[in-house]
Amino acid sequence: MTNSTVISVKNLVKKFGSFVANDNLTFEVYEGEIFGFLGANGAGKTTALRILSGLSEPTSGEVYVAGFSAKKDPEKIKRKIGYMCQKFSLYEDLTAKENIMLFGGIYGMTKKLIKGRTEELFARLNFMEHGNRLISDLPLGLKQKLAFSVALLHEPRIVFLDEPTGGVDPVTRRDFWEMIYETAARGITLFVTTHYMDEAEYCDRVSIMSEGKIVALDTPDELKRQYNAASVEEVFVKIARPGGAHPPGPLLPEREGGAN
Amino acid sequence: MENVIRATGISRRFEAVQALKDISFDVGEGEIFGFIGSDGAGKTTLFRIITTLLLPDEGEMTIMGLDHRSGFRELRRNIGYMPGRFSLYQDLTVEENMNFYATVFGTTVRENYDLISGIYSHIEPFKKRLAGKLSGGMKQKLALSCALIHKPRLLVLDEPTTGVDAVSRFEFWEMLKKLMKYNITIVVSTPYMDEAMRCDRVALIQNGGILTIEKPENIRKAFSRKLFSVRAREKYRLINALRNHHGTVTAYPFGDSVHATFNEDRIDDSLYEYLSGKGISEVTISELEPGIEDRFLELMSPELIPPLKGVGGM
Repeated sequence: MTNSTVISVKNLVKKFGSFVANDNLTFEVYEGEIFGFLGANGAGKTTALRILSGLSEPTSGEVYVAGFSAKKDPEKIKRKIGYMCQKFSLYEDLTAKENIMLFGGIYGMTKKLIKGRTEELFARLNFMEHGNRLISDLPLGLKQKLAFSVALLHEPRIVFLDEPTGGVDPVTRRDFWEMIYETAARGITLFVTTHYMDEAEYCDRVSIMSEGKIVALDTPDELKRQYNAASVEEVFVKIARPGGAHPPGPLLPEREGGAN
Repeated sequence: MENVIRATGISRRFEAVQALKDISFDVGEGEIFGFIGSDGAGKTTLFRIITTLLLPDEGEMTIMGLDHRSGFRELRRNIGYMPGRFSLYQDLTVEENMNFYATVFGTTVRENYDLISGIYSHIEPFKKRLAGKLSGGMKQKLALSCALIHKPRLLVLDEPTTGVDAVSRFEFWEMLKKLMKYNITIVVSTPYMDEAMRCDRVALIQNGGILTIEKPENIRKAFSRKLFSVRAREKYRLINALRNHHGTVTAYPFGDSVHATFNEDRIDDSLYEYLSGKGISEVTISELEPGIEDRFLELMSPELIPPLKGVGGM
């Protein structure tokens, strides 16, 4: 992880009619960081995620992702990010190879480049024999690993993972996190939502949203210290719901070392 | 204790996929019985058989004393089912869904209000809202209320907490506990290992077969080695370094530490030195009580379990 900022959000507000889904969010995410984005159902995570990935425009505030403004240049953002979610990842009725061709093409990669990356990818995932199988025939764990790799195909600077490990067994879940660690070590930023609180402990920093606001943001160790809790889960249960006890003082500490 | 479910040798195949392989288990009256396993393990197929929606290729199942093939009409009146996928009418309101399910079972919301009040009261303020417009947590409460509306003796819940946040999961289990006083038997599945501790007994299920059925406490205790918690500043490097150390048997990340087992259940003297040589700082190692997830991981890699000493083991 470096000190260079890849996501910068200042006073982000998103309203749907009179409903405030994102209420004045301010935070930064660094290059190569594993950033955990937690919150109860309905806290506003998906709304923020859609804005950060250029799919939705902020009502107000400044949002920069990979150097581009979410308001002015959402299309440029899309080229610099990867996205994977539990519900939709790959086309079930295409083979693994066909999916890679499709997504590579969408990202404007040349056939030659796609072919090279495919071979690299299959070798890394030990996937050779599955290349021509339909996605619907693959076990969930393999599907998820492939989906993650496809999200990395065009070498994005940031990958958004929206509940990537839902429903998989504990071994596969851990394999998946090792892929996340490896990816972060290559300088790619991982922005992760999860309902597994033990996974929150694997993140470099964690933010917790409640009712559209970020109510806590720090390293897992520091959060546990602040809230006098044994685990991030305990912190979450204390503050993720309205009416939870927030500690006094600034919740978003200034970055050390000032601006870049 | 009377058996509410008695299943022997249940198998079910879908074309090339053997979804269930020779599954046998009993569920006692008033028990909370959990099936813990990942996506694709066979939980939903089994639950569809229990709820008489699907027949097995082989095997016998008796539910509340009735054969599930011949007694399905009677059984359906006494089973409440909450499927994994939200299956209520999204274009009906909360209230309309409740009335619909009550009517189908020949009862009214009023008649069984006492049973569902603890759950339904959370969503009653929104009773005029379309079910499709509810949040995930509220949908879950509505689905549970509908599954209970006819006062079933057996409640079957297929992954009721998947995709639900940690706080709502906690609340959901509190609601289930409260149902115990009505002597309702509950069969529930979950991919969350921590929820297993809340069941009276659990079956670990993997690839269509049952790995073990036990009280959660006993599953934990069946872990075959001494388990150590290893902490350090650099987590990812720690995992890799531990795995490459000659004395390590397993090393899995668990929240903020790594759970590791070592040859002969002891920490090699050279381990600290080895780790610091790999540039890993602030290493602390302590023994810890295995959890149910530790045992599950162990059962998934049987080659790493040491052979039982002596004869006549389990």
